[in-house]
Amino acid sequence: MHSGISMASTWNRWKKERESQIRDLALTFYTLRRSPLSVIGLTLVGLFLLVALIGPWIITHPGDIKGAVHIDQKLKPPSRAHLFGTDEVGRDMYSRVVMGTRLSLQIGLIIIFVAMGIGVPLGILAGYTGGWVNHLIMRITDIFLSVPGLLLALAIVGALGPGIKNAMVALSIVWWPGYVRLIQAKTLALREEAFIEAARSVGASKLRIIFSHILPNCTSPIIVKASMDMGMAILFAANLGFIGVGAQPPVPEWGSMISTGRNYLPDFWWMATFPGLAILVTVLGFNLLGDGLRDVLDPQSRGQIR
Amino acid sequence: MKRFILKRLALMIVTLIGLSVVVFIVSRVAPGDPAKLAAGPDATEEMVQVIREEFGLDRPLVIQYTIYMKGLIQGDFGRSIRTRHLVWDDLKNFMPATFELVFVSISFSILFGILFGILSAVYRDTWMDHVIRFFTITGVAVPMFWLGIMLQLLFSAKVHLFPLGGRLDTMVLPPPARTHFFLIDSLLAGDWGTFANGFHHILLPAFVLSFPALASITRINRAEMLEVLHKDFVLNEKAQGISDRLIIFKYALKNALIPTLSMIGLRYGWMLGGTILVETVFNWPGIGNYAVGAAVYSDFQPVMAVTIILGLNFMIANLLVDLGYGFLDPRVKYE
Repeated sequence: MHSGISMASTWNRWKKERESQIRDLALTFYTLRRSPLSVIGLTLVGLFLLVALIGPWIITHPGDIKGAVHIDQKLKPPSRAHLFGTDEVGRDMYSRVVMGTRLSLQIGLIIIFVAMGIGVPLGILAGYTGGWVNHLIMRITDIFLSVPGLLLALAIVGALGPGIKNAMVALSIVWWPGYVRLIQAKTLALREEAFIEAARSVGASKLRIIFSHILPNCTSPIIVKASMDMGMAILFAANLGFIGVGAQPPVPEWGSMISTGRNYLPDFWWMATFPGLAILVTVLGFNLLGDGLRDVLDPQSRGQIR
Repeated sequence: MKRFILKRLALMIVTLIGLSVVVFIVSRVAPGDPAKLAAGPDATEEMVQVIREEFGLDRPLVIQYTIYMKGLIQGDFGRSIRTRHLVWDDLKNFMPATFELVFVSISFSILFGILFGILSAVYRDTWMDHVIRFFTITGVAVPMFWLGIMLQLLFSAKVHLFPLGGRLDTMVLPPPARTHFFLIDSLLAGDWGTFANGFHHILLPAFVLSFPALASITRINRAEMLEVLHKDFVLNEKAQGISDRLIIFKYALKNALIPTLSMIGLRYGWMLGGTILVETVFNWPGIGNYAVGAAVYSDFQPVMAVTIILGLNFMIANLLVDLGYGFLDPRVKYE
């Protein structure tokens, strides 16, 4: 009873404290809903997350994920028993594509979070400290950005050895510099703002300024970039899987499935087609959502013609 | 201007050295033992040791790096541990194919990207605009390698419109080498048959490689054109009776091209990475294919060399982009 009241009051207090943020979120959602492309993006991303979540319950051949072999079922075209057909050893493509969704979600999330974990602190450090620290960090960032990402990832995976874990390590190493660039530029601009100056002049510590003034103001660009990057990271993991240095068969990764399916063209077209469509839809969803979010969250482009 | 270029060149050298350090560290902290891999599964410990000594893999890292750098300065990229070929000799063989493909692709995407961007902006909200926008949205999301495979399936396997891959038919001899670009060499030799054959072969891979770049260049050029076309100075020019064509192609486009140019620079880098995929799909004998082949066997010298070559190429492209700003906008000051 007592705890019920205090919980309610805590909830009310929280709601009151966060009133402006909640209203902002509602506005974001409202604006997002008015753009048809953003709605499509949101729907596709929602679908992707849903399939990733309930995947194990909607697949028809769970054994085929781990690499079961049914030679008598091999290379069957799409039918009611096998929606997307079967592959060269008789595994159900539909089950494998569905489970690839979950794998892609994991890959994307891990890459983005590692990249953010390295990139955001470094970006704030560079932008806020300035001087030689800034120079050093930005020069190192430039080195990583000076070479096409896929190539650097290939070099790193080549060194570490093929495999999905190493591909994720490689892509995380390739991905963090983008966040440094973004956050450094944002911090540099924020540092000169009057409200930061005010915080400084009343004696707020560096850490306080960073955590309660700079970081919250960086969330919008981070969210926009993360949404775009989600799709791109999944695409890059598929790229590595395709050239044979990422996920290895029988792991149900879309890129490596296409790589295998390619050997059975043109007669067994379904093997390469469906995983590719899955990548296309996923990347498209995240791109559209990211675009929509940018228009809404980034005040500079809000209301601008697109 | 001169000082700006010199400064940028100096920075480029620093970045290049940094890149070589990064790539070198990556290659040497690798858990796999390249000497063991190269010696094969049946090799004795002594045989592995011989290879290790031959390639200096038993020396301290710093010394290995100095030796590598000394070679690099003289244009020596070392030897492939697997084939024992000089990497530079291999590069000389494979580089022209890659750059021919990349140049055709980037020219195609710049030309049509700007054109589609203008059309889409000028005919805003017409069916043409909708078609172009649909294409720009899907273009960046479609996996390049998959698009290549699907086009092969459609146009090479089902309908025999295009060859499956390669630079020329096996029966066609390469033109006498001058620039090593088959399209140019065959024209220089006046050999129209070879030119047509090479052109026929490059069309699909170049289309696939240019696809994402074309989409994003179109997109940004459309957005910028829309913005510029609503500026007061355009209205003023219209009021003065200047023709639409002059306004669009001269005054508006020149302003819209500045952000488009930075997108072109960015996309050029992506394209250099994308050649790895397109070359794999179309069996194109370039350095992307070469790097993939080497990476799969942990054969490091070739991968490092390709990384450095393409990195350098990207840096030069970025410098050209920066110089392009000044050409488009005389107010840009270089310091």
